[in-house]
Amino acid sequence: MNTTEVLQSPDIPAAVAGLARPPKVMVTKIGLDGHDRGSRLVASFLRDAGMEVIYTGPWQQVETVVNQAAQEDVDCVGVSSLATDHLLVPKLMRALNDAGLDDVIVIVGGIVPDDEEQMLKEAGVARVFHPGCSRADIVDGIAELIVARRKELGE
Amino acid sequence: MPEDLKNTALGQDFEAARDNWRDAYEAHLPNEKPRRNRSGIEIKPLYTPEDWSPDDYMPDLGFPGATPYTRGIYPTMHRGRSWTQRQLIGLATPEDYNARMRRIVDSGATALSMIPCNSVYRGYDIDEVDIEILGTCGTTINTIEDMETCLAGVPIGDMSVALNDPSPFTLLAFLLGVANRRDIPWSRISGTSNQSDYISHYVANHMFFRLALGGARRVFVDHVQFANERLPMWNPVSVVGQHMQQSGATPAEAMAFTLASAIQYAEDCQARGLDVDTFLPRFTFFFDISISFFEEIAKFRAGRRIWARLAKERLGATDSRAWRFKFHAQTSGVDLTRQQPLNNIARTTAQAIAGILGGLQSMHTDAYDEVLSTPTEAAAKIAIQTQNILREEAGLTDVIDPLGGSYYVEALTDQMEEKIMAALDEIDAAGGMFAAVSSGLVQDKLGESSLDFQRRVESGEQTIVGVNAYADDEPIPVTPLERPERAAMEAQLAKLKTFKAERSSAAVDKALADMARACEDENLNVFEALVAAAEVGATHGEMCACLRRELGFGQPLIAA
Repeated sequence: MNTTEVLQSPDIPAAVAGLARPPKVMVTKIGLDGHDRGSRLVASFLRDAGMEVIYTGPWQQVETVVNQAAQEDVDCVGVSSLATDHLLVPKLMRALNDAGLDDVIVIVGGIVPDDEEQMLKEAGVARVFHPGCSRADIVDGIAELIVARRKELGE
Repeated sequence: MPEDLKNTALGQDFEAARDNWRDAYEAHLPNEKPRRNRSGIEIKPLYTPEDWSPDDYMPDLGFPGATPYTRGIYPTMHRGRSWTQRQLIGLATPEDYNARMRRIVDSGATALSMIPCNSVYRGYDIDEVDIEILGTCGTTINTIEDMETCLAGVPIGDMSVALNDPSPFTLLAFLLGVANRRDIPWSRISGTSNQSDYISHYVANHMFFRLALGGARRVFVDHVQFANERLPMWNPVSVVGQHMQQSGATPAEAMAFTLASAIQYAEDCQARGLDVDTFLPRFTFFFDISISFFEEIAKFRAGRRIWARLAKERLGATDSRAWRFKFHAQTSGVDLTRQQPLNNIARTTAQAIAGILGGLQSMHTDAYDEVLSTPTEAAAKIAIQTQNILREEAGLTDVIDPLGGSYYVEALTDQMEEKIMAALDEIDAAGGMFAAVSSGLVQDKLGESSLDFQRRVESGEQTIVGVNAYADDEPIPVTPLERPERAAMEAQLAKLKTFKAERSSAAVDKALADMARACEDENLNVFEALVAAAEVGATHGEMCACLRRELGFGQPLIAA
């Protein structure tokens, strides 16, 4: 499927259809946990919506994620967390900033208690998606963030 | 039995009455869409002797405690002995664990469970990972000293110990070392290696220590052989369908993958020359109980029947204890919702009833708040009391297999059996479970089934109360967080440093070299060498690193 076809797919959010190139999202899990049902599902939602998805699988190191985000020039890094690995996201935010990737949007999905959601937002996470979010919540939410960020960057 | 004979046997009154009912039903519900359970079996509105005949009582059901074991594996079932209430416990430091465990022992518990920190699952010592996540999901146990602290004042010779101890079974090694220190003979150590099903770790939850799949296969058989020879009261094998179902498998697929793994493990042990009647009676199983109520009951009944047949006919076990399908089950966390979280108590209750009616031997009920955070102690208490209420108030243990003979349950049990056998045949055709995960067949099925379930939720075919139906804007309550203190983890790190400084490094080096030699020599037992290394002070991370070096480096097996 080439890019033009992707952007004409009926399943893609309207906002994304206006973009010059499809949104590019890395779906990853950092830290120790390997439960990946949620991240696999989200990766397939985003693909179905015409986004380009890099699915890393679980067990990623913060440094690897940062390097790959730079190489692939992603719009967004989505971190999935079931078992407290979201506690490492502030470390990821600092590493992205240090690498000059502060324009990459970071979102988190999974089991994140309220107190810690606050902590993640303060660290610069754009949005936290909790269990029970629908496909549309996730796809549209990410699309809107990316469209807004591309506009800010003058694309 | 052919249709016409069935109808003749039931008589013309039956046929006329059935046709009348069908006409009335269709008049009221002319455009009803077919309903299917999670395993894809179409569910009819009514079941009658046309679907299951009591003529098949003996071949299909028999009596509890005898083949085909459909009605239960023991003659007395829950009347003779209730299921074991086995709540999983894993708290930050060994001291924290010990404090909670002693309260539980003082209140009369005879079974204990132990969940290690995720760093242990992944084969690391605490000084190898980020401090932020240490002890947030389980206890940080890296050394024999840590195990000694966990079990201070706990009479390990008189308790059943369920270790969530994935390959290479270092927790068991530490436990045996503690037994030696206390002069407790290993023959008195009883319990289960709850996480011995390495295949499920590679394909479903990806919680293992980066050992190559083939290396895990070797360590597994060595561990079974060691238990056969040295630990008469230990169950070295628990095959975990729960991981498969939580990762997306349908109930029928989860049962099939579990049985396929069990066959693989048993055949690997037989290839080693181990006696099936010695090792197979000590195989146990661990399942998920989803909220698909009758489907779960039928899954367990069908599983019992299939296992008895496989153990006897395929694996050749002659000891009837090997035919018994002993299982622990846990209510499904995937079914729980963040929205209106107290509803999860109702869900857990329905799941637990399905497990009890399905004839389980041991159960963990989930805390309602586990979808919000690591469970709080208050929520864990409700989960335990749910079991007590079901057992002692609701009368669920009065009758053995109370749904036996229900036309629906028997027909569904038969249909689940067919589904499970079809999936098992597919895995056999692929060369067995080891080959089927190496080729990606199982992972692809997990992926497809989890997507399929998600589609059912999105289309509204699968209702989830508070999420895609009966939803409201009620704010989700803030849960109190119970995270380990950073200072406590720093103290734990300091303890590990001291431990390493004070042990005999020569003895540790020699023990690790012995482990490496065992890896190279098929006639030596890697787990036996690991037990010796643990006793002289090798840490969990050091032993895992040694095995990775010798047996190869592995990655999670995920769908393409």
